[in-house]
Amino acid sequence: MVQAEKQRDRIGAKYGMWLFLFTEILFFGGMFLLYSVYRSKYPVEFHASAAEENLLLGSINTAVLLTSSLFIAVAISAVKKGNYRLSVILQGATILMGIVFLGIKAVEWFEKIARGIYPNSPVLDKMSMGEILFFGLYYVMTGIHGLHVLIGVCVIAFMVYFTLTGNITRENFSKIENTGLYWHFVDIVWIYLFPLFYLIT
Amino acid sequence: MALNATEGGDHIGSYRTYFFIWAALMLLLVATIVVAKVEVSKYSVLLNLFIATVKAGLVLFFFMHLKYENWFLKGVLFMVLVMLASVIGLTFSDVWYR
Amino acid sequence: MESTASECESFYHEKGKYKGILSWLMSTDHKRIGIQYLVALLTFFSVGVMLGLLIRLSLIAPGTFIGQETYNRVFSVHGIIMIFLFIIPGVPVAFGNFFLPIMIGARDVAFPRLNRFTWWTYLAGATLVALSLFAAGGAPDTGWTFYAPYSIRAKANITLAVTGVFVLGFSSILTGINFVTTIHRLRAPGMTWFKLPLFVWTLYATGWVQLLATPVLAITLVFIILGRVFGVGFFDPSKGGDPILYEHLFWTYSHPAVYIMVLPAMGIISEVIPVFARKKIFGYKAVALSAIGIASVGYFVWGHHMFTSGMSDTARIIFSFITFLVAVPSGIKIFNWVSTLYKGSIVGSAPIYFALTFIFLFSIGGLTGLIIGSLEPNLQLHGTYFIVAHFHYVMFGGAGFAILTALHYWFPKMFGRMYPERPAKIGWFILFIGFNVLYFSMFILGYEGMPRRYFDYPARYFPLHLVSTIGSWILAAGLAIIAGNLLRALFKGPKAPADPWGGRTLEWTIPSPPPAENFVETPVIRD
Ligand SMILES: [Cu+2]
Repeated sequence: MVQAEKQRDRIGAKYGMWLFLFTEILFFGGMFLLYSVYRSKYPVEFHASAAEENLLLGSINTAVLLTSSLFIAVAISAVKKGNYRLSVILQGATILMGIVFLGIKAVEWFEKIARGIYPNSPVLDKMSMGEILFFGLYYVMTGIHGLHVLIGVCVIAFMVYFTLTGNITRENFSKIENTGLYWHFVDIVWIYLFPLFYLIT
Repeated sequence: MALNATEGGDHIGSYRTYFFIWAALMLLLVATIVVAKVEVSKYSVLLNLFIATVKAGLVLFFFMHLKYENWFLKGVLFMVLVMLASVIGLTFSDVWYR
Repeated sequence: MESTASECESFYHEKGKYKGILSWLMSTDHKRIGIQYLVALLTFFSVGVMLGLLIRLSLIAPGTFIGQETYNRVFSVHGIIMIFLFIIPGVPVAFGNFFLPIMIGARDVAFPRLNRFTWWTYLAGATLVALSLFAAGGAPDTGWTFYAPYSIRAKANITLAVTGVFVLGFSSILTGINFVTTIHRLRAPGMTWFKLPLFVWTLYATGWVQLLATPVLAITLVFIILGRVFGVGFFDPSKGGDPILYEHLFWTYSHPAVYIMVLPAMGIISEVIPVFARKKIFGYKAVALSAIGIASVGYFVWGHHMFTSGMSDTARIIFSFITFLVAVPSGIKIFNWVSTLYKGSIVGSAPIYFALTFIFLFSIGGLTGLIIGSLEPNLQLHGTYFIVAHFHYVMFGGAGFAILTALHYWFPKMFGRMYPERPAKIGWFILFIGFNVLYFSMFILGYEGMPRRYFDYPARYFPLHLVSTIGSWILAAGLAIIAGNLLRALFKGPKAPADPWGGRTLEWTIPSPPPAENFVETPVIRD
């Protein structure tokens, strides 16, 4: 009986996480809505501004995040197979990838800020309306996405701790499974942000 | 709707599958950059979004195990996406015709 | 079963790790959380009523009691408190928390600690909103809708208030996640989907709306905060932004929010009507599924709030059409309630008085909704008191009266005491009269062209404004009698039996008030 309740709880926990991800879809959906409306209003400016983005850094970051998704996915399988050592190493690698991603993102931001392009800056406010909106959206969308990455990194750090202390085991892996779902979702958001800001030139 | 315990959560993805999915994602990443750079046609934007959707699908179905989940989660995810698309569509019924 | 159950202690006496106030704040018991929410809600409701009375008072002699600036702040804060702190969380967090697990035969919700967390976030959000009223910049004066670009430029404490509402939204989302998961995972053996009490059905539909609509509000509020703090001009025309887009995003949440408020209210009515008509509900499946129908169609009608915003004609026609579709499932509910009453042997206890009033007032609110849902009348009436009247018939006449119904229906179960019927009915009568005097005169005012949100007006509107304000006093008297009666019963009322009304749902099979874990043995539902 107790065993059955536990089972039920685990599926319930997974449902809860998926439901949360659905809300995240609509949260980011609001931003994508703004992006699509303003893009349709200022196609030329969006086109030109996207060409200014650093495609190399953007592509490296995409690869970094996709690879981190591989790491966390394998880390979860490793827990389920009872290979905790491997799991901890891969969780650590995921965290590292997350930090690299944020680091590259920061380089991009600072490079722009150094050129005076940031919301409400004198330089940006002199540009055309389409450019103001493009860079506004760029900062807001990558910023909120980056915040999600940062939260993910912190949560995975806790998972490392839980795995080391035996709180996460092959019988009890809801926590890390849900963390994985969240991390993959953040990855998916980036999969869309990448073409929208770097490729549509 | 008593769900048996042997669904999604118990599925253990094999390392091999994950590796192949990752390789496919990397290939698609290269493909999307090439499509954008070559600028074959005005459809490259749509093509890029299509590639992004394929990538997202791979992550969803394999990394996130959606493939092994029951109809409920798949159905709701589909519904949510339709909902978001409709909201954007309805907004455009204003934006385009204003 | 009952004899064994009554031997165990009620959840009020449960001994946990903590004592005193902490035994409440730290509790993960859904019943304790529900009671705390109820106390908070009713407190904010009282504050909101006070502010409402102040608005009405100011309107019979503009300038005598409060100045124009204060007036703007008072009606904004009245709206923010009533909407975000009282009626949106409203039924789900108080009655849903208390009764949802019991009604499906569970011991608690799916995530009890998350549930406690929502209560804390609610408190945090409420604190932020309260701070925004008293901090240096002055209380918000934007109206509860925070329309951009004014909300981005206004001097008042919009950032604080909006952050507070964001936090409240987060709490609401988590409650939705919790309830939907609970209904999926924790139903007792034999409790199939079509045996669920109708209140549970509406909580289920509401949970989905909370889940899928609230994040849109969240991101919209984030845009306001970013606009104020960092000067991101998404809704600022001078930076290429489109203010109408703010309205789109805002109402994409705020119309479905109407269903967050009204759906569970309908659920309460669907519970109460059959119990007191001594009949089974007419068309159970239709009532259950219409909740889902309302929730899903309701997601696509937000544009009817924007007919006069400068939106395209195409969009206006589309939204007007979809708006009419929502009337169908709502109509189904009304017809089924009335059919349930037909030839029933109705027991005239206090809860049914409130429930019938709900049907009456909500029908007026709904039907006037059709008037303003069609384009042509809307253009005339949108900026007037007609909207204010319609809104209050739906919100107060609907959701508000449903909360009063629930209070009178579940009071014995929640607090283990009975209240005297006569004062409850006297209070109901006075409230009913006051309500209609207060708000029906607004329909006429609006029809004659009195603009809403105005501080002052031409003399010809004075008589109806006076009538309306007198109505507000009558209404307040009714509320006071109802509140006094229940408060007195809380301490002095006779002990309540397990099932004072002859209810059929599971909460009536356990003692009043329920024991800590609800059920001694997990109930098994048979036909
Ligand atoms: Cu509406």
